[in-house]
Amino acid sequence: MLKKRIIPCLDIHEGRTVKGVQFVQLQDAGDPIAMGAKYAAEGADELVYLDISATIEGRNTFLHLVDQIAKEIDIPFTVGGGINQVGTVYDLLSAGADKITINSSAVKDPNLIDNIAKQFGSQCLVVAIDAKYIDSDWKVFTHGGRQLTEKSLYTWAKEVEDRGAGEILFTSMDHDGTKGGFAINALKKLQEVVSLPIIASGGAGKMSHFEDLFTQTPINAALAASIFHYNEIPIQNLKEYLQLKNIPIR
Amino acid sequence: MKIAIIKYAAGNVRSVTYALKRLGIEPIITDDFNIINQADKVIFPGVGEASSTMELLRKTKLDQLIPTLKQPVLGICLGMQLMCKHTEEGNTDGMGIFDLNVKKFKASSEFTVPHMGWNEVTPTQSLLFTGIPNNSHFYFVHSYYAEIGINTSGTTEYIQPFSSALQSGNFYGVQFHPEKSAQSGQILIENFLKL
Repeated sequence: MLKKRIIPCLDIHEGRTVKGVQFVQLQDAGDPIAMGAKYAAEGADELVYLDISATIEGRNTFLHLVDQIAKEIDIPFTVGGGINQVGTVYDLLSAGADKITINSSAVKDPNLIDNIAKQFGSQCLVVAIDAKYIDSDWKVFTHGGRQLTEKSLYTWAKEVEDRGAGEILFTSMDHDGTKGGFAINALKKLQEVVSLPIIASGGAGKMSHFEDLFTQTPINAALAASIFHYNEIPIQNLKEYLQLKNIPIR
Repeated sequence: MKIAIIKYAAGNVRSVTYALKRLGIEPIITDDFNIINQADKVIFPGVGEASSTMELLRKTKLDQLIPTLKQPVLGICLGMQLMCKHTEEGNTDGMGIFDLNVKKFKASSEFTVPHMGWNEVTPTQSLLFTGIPNNSHFYFVHSYYAEIGINTSGTTEYIQPFSSALQSGNFYGVQFHPEKSAQSGQILIENFLKL
């Protein structure tokens, strides 16, 4: 039986894991490779590394880091952050990343999804969607949640699937950072709209939130950051907890 | 021991190389027929789309070399699928080493496609799984699957049971990614190197 996935997400700035509020007040959260290796040993099912460096030097550091992660870590990992051309995808996959994720650039130029899927296969393409519930509609945002777009979550997700994405990473901006639980209803609806695997993101604060996600929706994967980085919920404990609740876990 | 990884436009060459390096082995990544022929073991990785990949193998005539190899050969993911008779992906004829067809998973409300994540493998008869506890997990990511047949050496359940491991003589194939499957994957690679 296919198991539910627990995925820690690491934000990388100039080669270090950071945690910040809305991309400001960045705090150092540790060494990306040591943290990834620790999560893998604790039973993380995959890892996501997002580069939030703003400089070319930072981006080169990230590419080197991807190679180091591939060398050290024996579970799959996804990388993203500012990817807006096929050439960058090639560089990251060649450096050893298993999947790449795009967000704003896909909204700006949806053909990028087709091009990446065609050249490298759907299996390596995760399209991330950030959305917020406004006037009875889930509106899609880009640029780290700073820019409202014309797109609506469900129609955009369907388009993303039709264009060849292999997976969708949905972050509810309304739930992100609240630690009040995942966007259960939106996720349920989203999985009815697309038949791709979906990674749920935003809102995890307690172990029971993961249980709710996996029992109340067919969603297969959950992503979180700070609760893992600051050891509020050790991954091993989370997996033991879910196992006790009869949720299929590795 | 000389380990050759067949070099072509497969996405996971780097990951397979690193998995071997973690075991202290420096593989040779090559498309040179002589070097491949003389290697003790050959790994045929694969990530990508079937028809364009097969086209590439035809151009370099690797599709003619691989079925003639005498040493243990391990096909991974798409590599394994292209060692089968035919795949529905791009309606592509494979190398026919395994007497099986590859079909597309049908998505439903219960089952998303690709089959992505960690799943169990039930080995039927294979030295590759020696020392790996039953119900161990391996990492899968694929939308096409090999049917169950005479060459099946391990099965997995997703939508229906399918072949997650194959063997025919000196040819081995796995649908999952041992290079990304933590401890179980490492043991499987070690087992292959010991063949």
